[in-house]
Amino acid sequence: MVYKKITDTDLLSKMARDIRIRVVESLSAAGSGHLGGSLGLADIFAVLYFNEINHRPSEPEWPLRDRLILSIGHVAPVLYATLAKSGYFQEEELLTLRKLGSRLQGHPARDRGLPGIEVSSGSLGQGLSVSVGLALSAKIDGQSWKVYSIHGDGELQEGSIWEAAMSAAHHKLNNIRMIVDRNGLQIDGSTDRVMNLEPLRGKFESFGWQVVECDGNITEALLRAFREADRVAVTSPVVILAKTLMGKGIPEIEGNYKWHGAVPDAAQRDEFIRQLQGLS
Amino acid sequence: MIQTDLTLKGHRPTRTGFGEGLRDIGSMDPRVVAIGADITNSVGMNFFRDAFPDRFFSFGIAEQNIMGVAAGLALGGKVPFMATYGVFSAMRTLDQIRVSVCYNNLNVKIGGAHAGISVGPDGATHQALEDIAVMRVLPNMTILSPCDAAQARNAVIAAVQQVNGPVYIRFGRESVPEFTTPDLEFKVGRAQLFRAGADVAIIATGHLVWEALEAAEILAEQGVQASVVNMHTIKPLDEQMIIEMAGYTGAIVTAEEHQIIGGLGGAVAECLVRNNPVPMAFIGMPDLFGESGQPDELMDKYKMKSRHIAGAAMEVIRRKKSI
Ligand SMILES: [Mg+2]
Repeated sequence: MVYKKITDTDLLSKMARDIRIRVVESLSAAGSGHLGGSLGLADIFAVLYFNEINHRPSEPEWPLRDRLILSIGHVAPVLYATLAKSGYFQEEELLTLRKLGSRLQGHPARDRGLPGIEVSSGSLGQGLSVSVGLALSAKIDGQSWKVYSIHGDGELQEGSIWEAAMSAAHHKLNNIRMIVDRNGLQIDGSTDRVMNLEPLRGKFESFGWQVVECDGNITEALLRAFREADRVAVTSPVVILAKTLMGKGIPEIEGNYKWHGAVPDAAQRDEFIRQLQGLS
Repeated sequence: MIQTDLTLKGHRPTRTGFGEGLRDIGSMDPRVVAIGADITNSVGMNFFRDAFPDRFFSFGIAEQNIMGVAAGLALGGKVPFMATYGVFSAMRTLDQIRVSVCYNNLNVKIGGAHAGISVGPDGATHQALEDIAVMRVLPNMTILSPCDAAQARNAVIAAVQQVNGPVYIRFGRESVPEFTTPDLEFKVGRAQLFRAGADVAIIATGHLVWEALEAAEILAEQGVQASVVNMHTIKPLDEQMIIEMAGYTGAIVTAEEHQIIGGLGGAVAECLVRNNPVPMAFIGMPDLFGESGQPDELMDKYKMKSRHIAGAAMEVIRRKKSI
């Protein structure tokens, strides 16, 4: 299969909508999982897999591919839906999510052999370290591929994230693109109240990172942010603080943290899909 | 029984063997890289750093990050070594080892330095006495516990050449007797029968293998013939050797510088219960934290010397006869 990058922002938004529909379908079929975060990330994943990342769905182990590390393994549904949409595997398989024997484990599992899964993940706070190691291995080998490290904002409360951040700057790993899903929510409520993260930009800057901020639900803004990241990544790692709306695309779920770990029943599923189709 | 020269050659720390092994496998295999955790000299990584400065990366006092970085390096095709004191490399990083390293079955080699009570004056915080137990429950993990400096070198090389997956290598701080030779083959998962005797089998690991050999001498003077097994691989455990020893002697003593719970003693007991339960005695830490003191004083206080092993052997032989 020939893989071509999409530059049209409307088409990227349509891809994001399709991803959202698949996320709703798969989570509804699974009967458990995390809907809100997956929906909020759909635009980011559409831009990553259909524009930004160098990869070959027909050759998942292509040695020069960019690597995507999903530190927040609980939003696996958006990764699975994007991989299927990209052609890594059949979209029907999305309906096996979280079921016994499935390659689509509740959190990404490398040992199940699902094409496109770089690493098993799901214990928060570990992914950035893995990304640092991968980025360092690329530097050792003189390779130019990049590492895209996907994180939640609540996850930044883990101390190991800041150990990793310190080390990425120390080793000048300008091949890291850390993306923070800044939806301001975590399971217990808003990040402000659970454990304040601000000033977040200042934290990363003081750790020696370049910081790019954007609206993570607008494909055009995301494309610009990735160009900007390439521009500022001279000798530093770059973090993109992407402001998103948890549950984006379905009004009832948008910004409602109660949907962090909830899934729709059959009736809700049909209604949500109708709402998503009305968007585009 | 292995035919090999086991006479005392001198005294060196097993950490020196680790360092030499890392340097030597580094020259054989360009994939090998090392991560420093601020105690590079203390764990013997300085040999590698000085030989291959471009393949050594300093990451400071941040063990959790280092373990994840090692996982990432392995994903990138490298064979990363991380080493720090066993209390940190096995325990502070446990979740990273479990998920990032073992669940992914990545080719990460973990050095656990300052293992056992023989660390001495630093006291309980720095004496790794639980690392085997903690590493042993992780799927995909291999655990090596070499008996002296020469074997520690060979264990490091074997960890790269024989295992494509996570390995925890345990070694100590103090100068200890060196009695094996560099040409003694190290096969991961294959225990070494160093001495054969039909009355009792002492299954030992790490520094206590030498004490076990000395215990066998003490026993021989009393007319008791002891087998001595060097269980240099704790996982995968050489169950065949254990079962054979149980059948041959009918009495087993395990000896380790580690908690009895979950350690070599626990592992051997699990194997025997499933196959051929025979009377057992356990030399090791009896569910206690260590303390400060000279290594020799501590080995004496916690009953890990050859005369304690010999005493445990006599006791277990008595129980065998009373069955
Ligand atoms: Mg959040």
